[in-house]
Amino acid sequence: MSADRPDLVIQGLGKRFGATVALDGVDLRLPGGSLVCFVGPSGCGKTTLLRVIAGLETPTTGHLLLGDRDLTRVPVHRRDVGMVFQSYALFPHLTVAENVAYGLRIRGVKRRERLARAQELLELVQLPDVADKRIAELSGGMRQRVAMARALALDPALFLLDEPLSALDAKLREGMQVELRRLQRRVGITTIIVTHDQEEAMAMADLVVVMGDNRVQQVGPPLEIYRRPVNRFVANFVGRNNFLPARVVASDAVEVAGVRATVARDLPVPPVGSDVTVAARPEMLRLRAQAPAGPALRGTVSMVRDLGRAVETRVRVHEQELVVSGRGGFAEGDEVWVELPDAGLVALAA
Amino acid sequence: MSAPAARPGSAPAPASAASSGRGDGPWPHVLLAWPTVALTVLFLVPLGIIAALGFFRRIQAGFFEVAFVTDNYARALDAFHLERLTVSVVLALAATLVTLLLAVPFTFLLTRRPRARQVPYLVLVLASLSLSEVIVAFAWSLLLSRTSGVSNLLVAIGVMDAPASWSPGLPAVLLAYVFIALPLAVLSLYPTFSRLDQELPEAAGTMGATPLAGFVTVVLPLVRRAVAATGALVFIFVLGAYVIPQTLGRPAQWTMPVQITDQAIMKNHLPLAASLAIVLLVVSSLIAVAIVALGTGRWPRLALPRRAR
Amino acid sequence: MSRWLRRAMFALVVAYLLAPLVVVAGVSLNPRQVLFFPPEGFSLRWYGTAFSDPGWYRPAINSLLVATFAALIAVSIALPLSYVMWRYRVGYAKAVMAMGLAPFALPPVITALGALALWIVLQSYGQPHTVVLSHGAFLTTLPLATLTVGLQNLNPQLVEAARTMGATGGTVFRTIVFPYVRPYLLAGFVFAFVLSLNEYIIAYMTVGFTFETLPVKIFASLRYGYSPVMAAISVLFFAVAVALFALVGRVGDLPRLLGADERA
Ligand SMILES: Nc1ncnc2c1ncn2[C@@H]1O[C@H](COP(=O)(O)OP(=O)(O)O)[C@@H](O)[C@H]1O
Ligand SMILES: [Mg+2]
Repeated sequence: MSADRPDLVIQGLGKRFGATVALDGVDLRLPGGSLVCFVGPSGCGKTTLLRVIAGLETPTTGHLLLGDRDLTRVPVHRRDVGMVFQSYALFPHLTVAENVAYGLRIRGVKRRERLARAQELLELVQLPDVADKRIAELSGGMRQRVAMARALALDPALFLLDEPLSALDAKLREGMQVELRRLQRRVGITTIIVTHDQEEAMAMADLVVVMGDNRVQQVGPPLEIYRRPVNRFVANFVGRNNFLPARVVASDAVEVAGVRATVARDLPVPPVGSDVTVAARPEMLRLRAQAPAGPALRGTVSMVRDLGRAVETRVRVHEQELVVSGRGGFAEGDEVWVELPDAGLVALAA
Repeated sequence: MSAPAARPGSAPAPASAASSGRGDGPWPHVLLAWPTVALTVLFLVPLGIIAALGFFRRIQAGFFEVAFVTDNYARALDAFHLERLTVSVVLALAATLVTLLLAVPFTFLLTRRPRARQVPYLVLVLASLSLSEVIVAFAWSLLLSRTSGVSNLLVAIGVMDAPASWSPGLPAVLLAYVFIALPLAVLSLYPTFSRLDQELPEAAGTMGATPLAGFVTVVLPLVRRAVAATGALVFIFVLGAYVIPQTLGRPAQWTMPVQITDQAIMKNHLPLAASLAIVLLVVSSLIAVAIVALGTGRWPRLALPRRAR
Repeated sequence: MSRWLRRAMFALVVAYLLAPLVVVAGVSLNPRQVLFFPPEGFSLRWYGTAFSDPGWYRPAINSLLVATFAALIAVSIALPLSYVMWRYRVGYAKAVMAMGLAPFALPPVITALGALALWIVLQSYGQPHTVVLSHGAFLTTLPLATLTVGLQNLNPQLVEAARTMGATGGTVFRTIVFPYVRPYLLAGFVFAFVLSLNEYIIAYMTVGFTFETLPVKIFASLRYGYSPVMAAISVLFFAVAVALFALVGRVGDLPRLLGADERA
């Protein structure tokens, strides 16, 4: 992205803890200056990967390069990273300003100078009035911002955040997502945010890295991950999805419950004749009272929930329950047609 | 021993089902009756007796008679006993210092290990702590003797010409003091160190602090209370040891406990033993308090909490 | 800190704590009545002597009796005390607690002298129960510490839940609290037992040679003639301590018992 920020390249990275495999063959190229989210269920190795990048864990195999600089064996204190820990790891014996200025103190910057710089950073994270407070006096949201200010104080090459928003309540979290995104744009530092919340990843990232089962499952911009998942894991983990058994009948079509439907064309489709699973997002499906012209499945409404911004209708089709999100207008027991989208289905190896 | 001293703001509030005394009926008092009586009689009363005994008069026929005399204290504070007191304090301080220099880094490194890996070390530390002072003295006297000691090893590898005996003497006393104090210090530091958030020194590392700099600027300030308290505990423990100076020391290293036991058992002079004990108690308490104050005052808070401007 | 530094530190401490025992173990294997290290040969005869010579096994039995009863007393004081501290708010409980924790803040020789003075005043100096009671009070600190750690971790809502189901005070204790603190109680008992077994100065000042315990016997031998039996006994003592603490480590979570946070 940005010319002066080198890309972070990860090659064949593996990490085991005794018999536990925490990371298995991770290959990634993260563009300099971008905001990347690592997302995946708990235990899939996100924190471990972030800690390897920070230099807090030594990888068992593989390499780590920042531009043409090999970081693999560089100890953490010479790696030039700023990190926000999940617990924030703020020093309880120092004031807010002293926390932010800690790295400058280690560099031998004079007290007056470093405290002035700390104040600037606190203003950057919109906490101009807390410099002399102790950590224990701050709320969770304030601690989170202090941790960010501290991590940015040395203008690091990489800004790493481990589940930075997961301790905040839902309202605050949403506001912070926007703010974090804005802050990253402003400082332009290559940033990696770990989260287990796929919506959060979609809302913030330039690039999403979906992890599962201790490896990288898919890398791409948020919309691509959402629209074109490469496997069932990603399709299931990112957003909500309906899964239907199907069979490939043409290079761009499948047969679902006897109905022929087209699939997304810009994705590789398994060979004709193979059994697949098709994924359809709830908002891609349409409910019709009469049989539509296009491909559709007939079923019975089994539950209706009005969620405010959309109505969720569950339809029993053969043995399966499909979730449809839309304007509603149907009641429990109604006979309906579920219209399949044109070129909107994703065929995944079964 | 395991007084929890977690850092403020991070410790989970200790669970307590405490309810106020009213409405609980006689139960808490019934339950407390035996502990109260037992500890009062077996702990508080003996201390009171010692305090009084220091002013009683010794009699040749029995043990002592009730009186109010000050000659016991006069003797307890004479030149000889003051010298013994000084020797005791200096030895105990030296042992405390060496013990902390070993125990602080050891406990820190131990608590950074996975829990399961810590267990064998903890078992070794507990077993060493419980080892009788008598056995410790015996073991070190062997280890430092001419016939079976390390000097034979040094002769074998050519460092020394002939085996030597290093016991009794000052090094023997100090080595054995540190041996009994080290497990106590490790166990006393253990709760605080193991509750220390692993990520704090790591965070220091991400901001450019070398492991040593992180230890000095982040870990030490957070554990200084525990270290000071441990120093005081170890000091008192060593100061009250009898067998080690008696067995591994020359008369020059015979400390107050040796004098106290000597007066109480051999010379049958309980009032003098009691006044020596009180002198030792007062001095040890004062020094223990000083150690705690020194330890907690060394890294003064850089700024006091203030209200927002 | 670097792995190298950690290994060096661990090696130093382990060597320091084990070196005397290695020498003692070596000496205990001498076939003749000599204290050579390395031993002149290999023989377990001194272990045999420890079990067959009444001069050694009587004190050993005395020590085991004292330690058993003293540990029971320590636990009997610590359990109700820590429970009341946890469950109720009683003004003077804190003072009693302080007395229970204080012995470790006193030079041991003073505790011993206090015991001597007490039993002289009560005119029972030299009788076996004196050392049992004095050890019991002195070692209360250990079960008190483990039980406090255990109770700190017992969620008070468990008690409230039990009460909503109709349990009263005594039942709550029997069905909820006691089963929960049992490992901590066991650990406290073991700590007190092992320390009593090894305690010298209080035993010396309360019963001395009239009810000789093993440490007193070893001390006497230390002054009036070394023998490899002492080494054999020392090895047995250390082995018993290691075995008991390893057992505690097996049954319970040793780091947790010693005050680490609860964690997976
Ligand atoms: N220090 C460690 N020792 C042993 N196993 C670990 C350690 N850290 C992480 N693991 C294991 O590695 C795997 C990945 O953990 P982690 O990176 O924390 O996952 P995430 O952050 O995605 O939840 C898990 O199975 C975890 O139990
Ligand atoms: Mg994680």
